[in-house]
Amino acid sequence: MYSKGFKPLAAATVVALATAMALVFFYAPLDADQGFVQKIFYVHVPMAIASLCGFVAGGIMAIRHLRSGDSSWDMRSYVAIHISIILGVGVLATGAIWAKASWGHWWVWDEPVLVSFLVVVLLYCVYYPLRFSIEDRERQARYSSVFAIAAGAFVPLNFAAVRMAEAYTHPRVLSQTGGNLPGEMRLTFLVSLLAMALLFVTLWKLELISKNASMQLKRLKRRLAEREAVAA
Amino acid sequence: MIAAARTILRKDLRLELRTKESVPAMTLFTLTVYVLFHFGLDRDSLDGELAAGVLWVTLLLAAVIGVSRLFAAEREQGGIDGLLLAPVDRTSLFLAKAAALFLFLVAVEVVAVPAFGLLLLGPGLGGALPELLTILALGDVGIAAVGALVAALAAETRARELIVPLLLLPLLVPVLIACAQATEPLLRQDQGPEDLGRWLALLTLYDVVFVLLSVAVFDYLLED
Repeated sequence: MYSKGFKPLAAATVVALATAMALVFFYAPLDADQGFVQKIFYVHVPMAIASLCGFVAGGIMAIRHLRSGDSSWDMRSYVAIHISIILGVGVLATGAIWAKASWGHWWVWDEPVLVSFLVVVLLYCVYYPLRFSIEDRERQARYSSVFAIAAGAFVPLNFAAVRMAEAYTHPRVLSQTGGNLPGEMRLTFLVSLLAMALLFVTLWKLELISKNASMQLKRLKRRLAEREAVAA
Repeated sequence: MIAAARTILRKDLRLELRTKESVPAMTLFTLTVYVLFHFGLDRDSLDGELAAGVLWVTLLLAAVIGVSRLFAAEREQGGIDGLLLAPVDRTSLFLAKAAALFLFLVAVEVVAVPAFGLLLLGPGLGGALPELLTILALGDVGIAAVGALVAALAAETRARELIVPLLLLPLLVPVLIACAQATEPLLRQDQGPEDLGRWLALLTLYDVVFVLLSVAVFDYLLED
């Protein structure tokens, strides 16, 4: 049910990732004052964008689940949040590396995007204990969806609040990810963003296929066990 | 809907008056945390940022206790079945629970804020009282809305005591930011409010979003 069009998608992801890496290493110019380490930007920022979009998409899928009562939407929302958390941890790690290399500290509290991201990841990590401490299937899906919606609405609010708090004490003169990138850097960034988005969708589909397959296997095993019980 | 909410709220308040479970515990907890901060920071009096931070972190931690006790009576005595069987919609249940939590928080603050002024705060509280009351009221609305939602989410899980603080505290980070930033200039030596408007605007936005959101999704919780 989820495997339709998976192969071309996976192939496109591989091509896009390879192109992005090639552009990052051979095409994009070295940053004037940060040098080579600035190239982590092409992994870090697309990863952050993909992860945040995944959180919000998880919330939207949860709304569809609550409206339609179709539990496959809950599965989609769960897997989207799951992949987003994995990417989110990657964002925090690459962010820390970048901060250490360019500012000399592993963590800087006056970088509002990084701090908001930490709060969001901390919140979403609670999704797992919440989901798996409810045994009843139908209730588990419903409660997880309510969490996904509330947390999805929380993401932009939290970003606004943290940015306001930091802008208050540390006015940001220059935006690093703003629209003032030179042309080659911008092209590389856009290709990296596309590659990361494709990677997200591919991983999401793969996880859905595997979850679906293991659920089907469980169902078949149960049926086999029933038949054997009848025969005996 | 309002009548049903008022009835449930009256039940909760009467229960609290008779058992005296949440409010005294929360108040006692705030005083304990003040003592902890006194020794942890090794300071006799605080002002400015430190004072605002200590006050709001303490209030949020006290709110965690209130939230985890919010559905306690229903759960322990099976009263939840009665509420769910009653022909009232869930919105009134949410409104009643959020209002109860709001009133508990106000009751706690009536003691906790003057106690803070007495025990830890350097400058007096009197000068900026109207501003402080506004911030407290808006902050409490946000805590009450999110708290009632989190309490309902956690009520049916096995790991309830774990879920409530882990879920509530990150969700309240924007409230902490806005309240602490707005309170900070009020608690400095001889200084009036500054930038109050934008923090109150942020708090109001947060309150509106989470009240509406909770009303919208509460129907899907606590059914069966």
